[in-house]
Amino acid sequence: MSTPAGVTERLTGLVGALRAHGVRVGTGETVDAARAVEALGLADRELLREGLAATLLHGTGQRAVFDPVFDLYFPRGVGAPDGEPADRGDLRDRLAAALADDDRAALARLAAEAVDGLGGYGSSPESDGWSSYQTLDRLRPQTLLARVRGSVQERDGGVGFADRLLDDEIRRRIEAFRGLVATEARRRVAERRDRDEIARRAVAPTADRVDFLFANRAQLAELRRTVQPLARKLATRLAARRRRAARGTIDLRRTLRGSLSTGGVPLRPVLRRRRPVRPELVLLCDVSGSVSGFSDFTMLLVQALHDQFSKVRVFAFVNRIDEVTALLDHGRADPEGLSARIRSGATLTGWHGSSDYGVALGEFAERYGDAVGPRTTVFVLGDARTNMSDPNLPAVRHIAERARRVHWLNPEQRALWGTGDSAAPVYAELVEMRECRTARQLGDLVAGLLPV
Amino acid sequence: MFPSVDDVSARLAETGYLASRQVATTVFLAARLGKPLLVEGPAGVGKTELAKAVAEVTGSRLVRLQCYEGVDESRALYEWNHAKQLLRISAGRDETWDEARTDIFGEEFLLPRPLLTAIRGAEPKVLLIDETDKADVEMEGLLLEVLSDFQVTVPELGTITATRKPFVVLTSNAGRELSEALRRRCLFLHIGFPEEELERRIVRLKVPGLGEALAESVVRVIGALRAMDLRKVPSVAETIDWARTLLELGADTLDETVVRDSLGVILKHQDDVLKAAAKLDLDSL
Repeated sequence: MSTPAGVTERLTGLVGALRAHGVRVGTGETVDAARAVEALGLADRELLREGLAATLLHGTGQRAVFDPVFDLYFPRGVGAPDGEPADRGDLRDRLAAALADDDRAALARLAAEAVDGLGGYGSSPESDGWSSYQTLDRLRPQTLLARVRGSVQERDGGVGFADRLLDDEIRRRIEAFRGLVATEARRRVAERRDRDEIARRAVAPTADRVDFLFANRAQLAELRRTVQPLARKLATRLAARRRRAARGTIDLRRTLRGSLSTGGVPLRPVLRRRRPVRPELVLLCDVSGSVSGFSDFTMLLVQALHDQFSKVRVFAFVNRIDEVTALLDHGRADPEGLSARIRSGATLTGWHGSSDYGVALGEFAERYGDAVGPRTTVFVLGDARTNMSDPNLPAVRHIAERARRVHWLNPEQRALWGTGDSAAPVYAELVEMRECRTARQLGDLVAGLLPV
Repeated sequence: MFPSVDDVSARLAETGYLASRQVATTVFLAARLGKPLLVEGPAGVGKTELAKAVAEVTGSRLVRLQCYEGVDESRALYEWNHAKQLLRISAGRDETWDEARTDIFGEEFLLPRPLLTAIRGAEPKVLLIDETDKADVEMEGLLLEVLSDFQVTVPELGTITATRKPFVVLTSNAGRELSEALRRRCLFLHIGFPEEELERRIVRLKVPGLGEALAESVVRVIGALRAMDLRKVPSVAETIDWARTLLELGADTLDETVVRDSLGVILKHQDDVLKAAAKLDLDSL
């Protein structure tokens, strides 16, 4: 293969980093990628990016990991940008102009200069580095909004209908610029430290592999967008499980009855008919601050799956419990405002604002006991941190006895169960408790645990 | 097939398909590496159109396999023409068994379906396997054999190997996760919504009567709608529909009334319409 020296190492390094992020890349694909490099050449970086993405990736979500990793292994430049480090005022002026023109190339250049001029910290070789946070904190691109709007309107006249969209457009451009700064800071750091290390650590994993408990707003928003596709996938998987479950068991009585016409030889096995019972689902969700991201996502997912069940009831609690099924209504689906709606529309807290599983579960058993019957599968979502109060095991036992199955999904990693105020181990003795830290795990659990 | 990526863009553009850099690069690589191309993306961004455009620029015949739930070997690969075989048997009553047997499993009685058609013959072909996610998992196994070796085994005739590899395009709406094995054999291309500038060019190309300023406003509004959290965001197809509608309505600029009256063309759910109206500061509908 006639790829220039060093490119092979970079390519395998890139593949290694992708693998570390859970993208499964085989040797065959790596070879294809090398052939792509050969066919496309190294002159145009964007071509190379698309070529490698086409050969190495297999799914849409993986692109979010690929782009930052690619930027590390095939950087746009090396070292500091040419020229003197710019001062803040000058940078802001040029940034405002570039944002007004939506000039991508200029924005990328400015990001490099900004990180160089404003992002450096530390002085000794071990502790210094480049920080995108510090760069953005000093540059404050978000405060340029009014200025950019002014200059765009001045230029275009600004009376058309589409100009009411201008603010959002500028915000999107600023957001893109923040991304560029982050990329640039990672590149500069990677030049100092081990590139492989940075690629593994500093690149955010795909949204479905982010811990619910540590996900930031953007990641949660990204997750919410995956609810519908995930629900569709799960629905197909559930349907397949139903089909399989409907086959297989032989109805002995009817098989023998049928065999009489063939002289007692059971030529045609008769399979047992399944009564088409759609199971009922009850969801008990801890929506207190610490785990609300997890609960919101799961509630939306179950709501999206609602046509798979005869009845879905959702209850939310912090230290008091209330039914929120109506708030999840499909027609009004506004996933972003969900937690706000639940907070304002339901009584979830009593005297204090911290979660109390014992009281909430006790109240559920008392007030909504009839929601749970022999056909009901109950899911409890929460980290089982009861703030040192009584876990109220009799209530859980009561629910577990009445329900068909009870599953507890805990967004904390297993190693932390039982530490501090966590009552996870005692609950786990009564009901099945599973670790569910990421959307991917949740998808697998839901596909496996949901009753058919 | 193509000497360079720019050549791909230019030639696709001649047929009326404006490809992004990403699309052109991937098509170029697929042709160069001889691998099938798996195209995913939301509905209405031109996945199927891409295959048609490639067929047109390369002067190939387009062979299309539309997948649906329950599509099977006899619909996708080949089938024996049973009725004709029976006729043949009853026509030659006095033949020996050996004569009849060799005869009725000949070319004449074979009904080739898209996959076999794409492999046989020397003329260049583009094989489009549309909506692969709709087909059952068993179908994927069949595709694996065809796509990796470009050969098909018919027990009575032997193995048929492609004399000329077709350019294969598989499309998927991600309704079902395709198996890893199938993905591995393909180059992956995700066609998302185009950048503003490209979409403007698409609108101008497809709806030539539309003024430049109006085209720009249309694309900007669509871009804003896509940034919203809607149940069904408008796709390129909807953009073009909307542009056509505006042309029909005789609008030369966008204003509240026009947008309000034609929002139904781009948004297909009532709650989406309400949400968009609120966001765009339209008066109540």
